[in-house]
Amino acid sequence: MGFKAWSLGYLALINKRLIARLDIKGPNLIKGIHLEGLRVIGDPQEFAKKYYEQGADELLYIDIVASLYGRSNLTEIVKKAAHDIFVPLTVGGGIRAISDVEDLLRSGADKVAINTAVVKNPKLITEIANRFGSQCMVLSIEAKKQDSGLWEAYTDCGRERSGLDVEQWVAQAVDMGAGEVLVTSIDMEGTKKGFDKKLISMVTNSVNVPVIASGGYGQAVDLKIASDAGADGIAVADALHYNRTTVDELRKHAVDFDMPVRK
Amino acid sequence: MIIIVDYGIGNVFSVERSLEHCGAKNVKLSSDPDEIYNADRIILPGVGAFQDGIKGLKDRGLIEPLQNAVTQGKPLLGICLGMQMLVSSSKEFGHHSGLDFIPGKVVPIIESQKSKVSTLKIPYIGWAKLDIELKQEATKSVFNGIKKNSYVYLVHSFHVQTDNQNDMNGTYNYDAIKVTAAIQKDNVIGLQFHPEKSGEVGLNVIKNFLLL
Repeated sequence: MGFKAWSLGYLALINKRLIARLDIKGPNLIKGIHLEGLRVIGDPQEFAKKYYEQGADELLYIDIVASLYGRSNLTEIVKKAAHDIFVPLTVGGGIRAISDVEDLLRSGADKVAINTAVVKNPKLITEIANRFGSQCMVLSIEAKKQDSGLWEAYTDCGRERSGLDVEQWVAQAVDMGAGEVLVTSIDMEGTKKGFDKKLISMVTNSVNVPVIASGGYGQAVDLKIASDAGADGIAVADALHYNRTTVDELRKHAVDFDMPVRK
Repeated sequence: MIIIVDYGIGNVFSVERSLEHCGAKNVKLSSDPDEIYNADRIILPGVGAFQDGIKGLKDRGLIEPLQNAVTQGKPLLGICLGMQMLVSSSKEFGHHSGLDFIPGKVVPIIESQKSKVSTLKIPYIGWAKLDIELKQEATKSVFNGIKKNSYVYLVHSFHVQTDNQNDMNGTYNYDAIKVTAAIQKDNVIGLQFHPEKSGEVGLNVIKNFLLL
């Protein structure tokens, strides 16, 4: 480990981002398990401000039912966030068209994360990348492990099968212009059992753009596991919402593990 | 009056908010050449492609007012694409002329991006440790009082190379590459990072800009 830490420092790779994930339903911050069984936690703005003050590198907002009902309060929530929060905001859920992206960017979002709409119409990836830059187009994948040992991409908040193999889909989407990948493990999400390490390494090995790992954070060592698997960003949700940890504590753990992070 | 130049590109809400947060009064988003002529300070924001940015400025007749601001000695701050447009030319998707306020060119961070040898990820998305190298008095810089090794947030695939070393104000290391993070020539300042997204460090940079 000593050698690895040294070489990481020497190479000055991109620092790992510690990301607070806020799942949204209507006006509320919510939390589910396996993206289901939603429970209201509170006002997203209150939590977002807390994570900003604790030093989060980025905030990730996902409206987890927007794609089902075709509506979203996200613009308002993002606008409120951008009023007081001066770190990057990545926003997803229910984005279908260029005009949705425009609205969110105008409201203060830096990047959009899209799953369902680009599964249905992959060309949207290229349109968004051409218009706003690939750095803005985050491919969001909800992955579920199949009996075959491969992962399938799901849509509509983990409800619908897409028939797409995650490994092939992620490579195709990046070729088409996705500049970053958010990969959420449906199996691990909300379980506190740790990230799906194999899923993360498979995705990071398939593409040459940054990858955010989401779903499963339970304890400090999970940061290192995700980082070693190649994740560039690590998203933590309910562990923060329920005060099991704080962003500054996560950062201390990351430093202890010799992970390259903002200090 | 502080004008944020609106040329139809990029997310300007956060830039506006960060200025207000830092105590700026009279912040206005504008694409009106007259308002830019009359501004005390100008911010040129932007995310996206170089040629679209220059075209957006041209179509709105904003290049002359910006040139005027430079010769008048008004503080002009370019952020991200706004910074890249300040230099002479860009190699992004062909060869394009820039505003030429600071001699230099925009080149890919990694020259051969498709090379299988390179395992470096592009775009660079994230927080980097800034090496500040002031070439002017601190009080004439946006980095006045900013600690060495402060972290800032960047998202980009291209960066600026200035013709004159003296115009370089800050870099960060990505693998063995020294990437340009900040440039300044007199009253013209360019930041590749997003001060409006770089937490407290970024807000302090903005406060300094308001004092120039």
